[in-house]
Amino acid sequence: MSSVTAPSRRAGSTAAGRRLKWWQQLVLQAICLFIAATVLFPVLWIVSMSLDPRNISRPTELNLIPPGASLQAYLQVLDRPTANPVTFTELAFNSLRLAGGVSAFSLLIGVSAAYAFSRFKFPGRQFMMIAVLAITVLPSVATIAPLFALLNSIRISSAIMSIVLTLAGLMLLGLTIFAVAPAIRLGSAGPGNYFFGAVGLAISLGLIYSGLSPARSDVFILRNSLLGVGIAMVSGALPFAIWNLKGYLDTIPKELEEAAIIDGASPSQVFFQIVLPLSTPALAVTGFLGFTGGWTEFFLSWQFLTDPKDFTLAMSLYNMTGQYAGQIPWSRFAAFSILLSLPVAIVYLLLQRYIIGGLTLGGVKG
Amino acid sequence: MATTNPELVSPVARAPRSALREGWKQLRTPLVYLLPALVIMMIVTFYPLAFQVWMSFTDYGVIKEEGKQTLNPFGPGGTTPPNYRPAQFVGFKNYLDIITNNPQFVARLGGNFDFWRLLTFNLWWTFSNVGFHVALGIIIAVLLNVEGLWGRKIYRAIYILPMVLPNIVVATVWRNMFDDQYGSINQLINLFITPFGFDPVQIRWFNQIQDPIPGIGLPLSYYAMLIANIWLGWPFMTIVATGALQSIPKEMYEAASIDGATGMQQFWRITLPLLRPAMVPAAMVGIVTTFNLFHVIYFMSGGGPLGRTEIMVTQAFKLINVNQLYGVAAAFSVIIALVLIPIFLITNKISRATESYDV
Repeated sequence: MSSVTAPSRRAGSTAAGRRLKWWQQLVLQAICLFIAATVLFPVLWIVSMSLDPRNISRPTELNLIPPGASLQAYLQVLDRPTANPVTFTELAFNSLRLAGGVSAFSLLIGVSAAYAFSRFKFPGRQFMMIAVLAITVLPSVATIAPLFALLNSIRISSAIMSIVLTLAGLMLLGLTIFAVAPAIRLGSAGPGNYFFGAVGLAISLGLIYSGLSPARSDVFILRNSLLGVGIAMVSGALPFAIWNLKGYLDTIPKELEEAAIIDGASPSQVFFQIVLPLSTPALAVTGFLGFTGGWTEFFLSWQFLTDPKDFTLAMSLYNMTGQYAGQIPWSRFAAFSILLSLPVAIVYLLLQRYIIGGLTLGGVKG
Repeated sequence: MATTNPELVSPVARAPRSALREGWKQLRTPLVYLLPALVIMMIVTFYPLAFQVWMSFTDYGVIKEEGKQTLNPFGPGGTTPPNYRPAQFVGFKNYLDIITNNPQFVARLGGNFDFWRLLTFNLWWTFSNVGFHVALGIIIAVLLNVEGLWGRKIYRAIYILPMVLPNIVVATVWRNMFDDQYGSINQLINLFITPFGFDPVQIRWFNQIQDPIPGIGLPLSYYAMLIANIWLGWPFMTIVATGALQSIPKEMYEAASIDGATGMQQFWRITLPLLRPAMVPAAMVGIVTTFNLFHVIYFMSGGGPLGRTEIMVTQAFKLINVNQLYGVAAAFSVIIALVLIPIFLITNKISRATESYDV
């Protein structure tokens, strides 16, 4: 982690270096301001458009603060963003379930595989790692044909599906409580326990919710459901999570683990009590990147889902753009894109230091 | 010589078995950690990929005269629907149709498909974008690294904005900004030219078929998307370059300026060579990302005009979403993988990503 924090520390200390001549400062400031203007222009445009209260279908002129700025467009978007009879909350909840489920699942399964790749030497390691990395290079659009065909052929009676989902949720809930509760009661729970507890709880409650919500048709087609889209997304998200986490785990010095092994710790103790707590930032970042991927996922859900009740935010954004926009005012499009971006952007800024560290890490270690 | 000493032979004879046992011993613990991920990936990743290869040799999902072929033998009541027909093996037909631009096949896609133009455009799109990203990224990083520049922290905070916003939002917002009637880009241009007595323009960024620069066979929509994607891509390169810049010892520049090197010489001889190890892998990441950049193309130009800005991934999606040619789409995806393999191998070689970790 030291390589991540170093740049920001050094940047502060060099600021008080030699001084620039006034004209140099002027030229550089002009360039910097120009770049800042190009960066900010689209952002300001969309923000000012979202504040436009006039409900006109298209903007006809540029103005930073539209006359009579208000949050009306936001209210309209929250009520009913597109022509489909779904509210923003329903769309957001679908996106949240999809993104949260996929990222939590791939994190949970991926972290132990990443640990194995990072810390053990075993026959076939190189081959397996190349296989995982090659999948992350392959675009997920390129796997849409087989995933559609395979998931489409899985059809179950809805009643059986509800029972299966509810039971699976209850089992996972029990398992989570069984795994986490003793440590919490004894007061020895670390961040790792809480993390697994929270993830397990979220997934199991999600499963129970899906199981108990009333079925919309007699036959449950896996392809035509958020669960199916989620499975298709895990296909690409899991290799990505493994690869990303492995990159982070490689930067955690081995000395602590070696000391623990000398003290007689078993591999599983090392993993749960040393590696997991140390990799909390990595888990947060990988989880966040997976979440962003799911939150903005478009082509799988666009291709798979047919019921407007299942639609996601990203699908609705496409409905509001270009040829599909119809008579939807652009102020609503603007408000909708801001509402879609905000959660992701805020978390990105909070985790910025770790994310950028991770992005450059993969690059600069050669 | 004829009589062999059994004590000398036995270790050789036993070696394979003990090597196996040694291998299993090494594999046992990591396998426990790998197993969940391996099982899941076998089911949701590797099996579909294998299925995809099989699909690419069939006419899966072809729309027949008798009606749409259904993709699965399970009807509503558990019975096989009447329009179900198992996919038939067609050999390399799908691949040949794509690569040779079979006129019948192209006509079915609407007449705008040309595989080699698509591939060339995809490669040009990738390299032109990454070239701009890397060049701008380095220049802006150097600019921000100038000592004594006021407001560096503020600029750094602003410049990260394009990375913070989701790609899908960036693409749709830029799509509307380049709108010919109501887009802010045309409005901005008019803001600058109307005071000088010019008539307001209404540039049709995505629909103009005429090439803006004669001789270069690229439509206007390419330039619009290039601008949007440059906006999107350079901050990442700046961040990578800034990290590398700050690890260059200042003494090198001091020594160079004592020896009489000018600022330009210092940039070409010290800064650039020392940035190389960081920038090359970052550029490789950028190449793979840009090659597969679905969002920008699909949401901005949608491949238009006349399919001339289509890239491989958007075409693959349309083969399914619009044309419902699953077998062809599978073959197309295999071709995408074949194009990406050399890129991947070079990336892997340069970044040495899968090499074992030793400290």
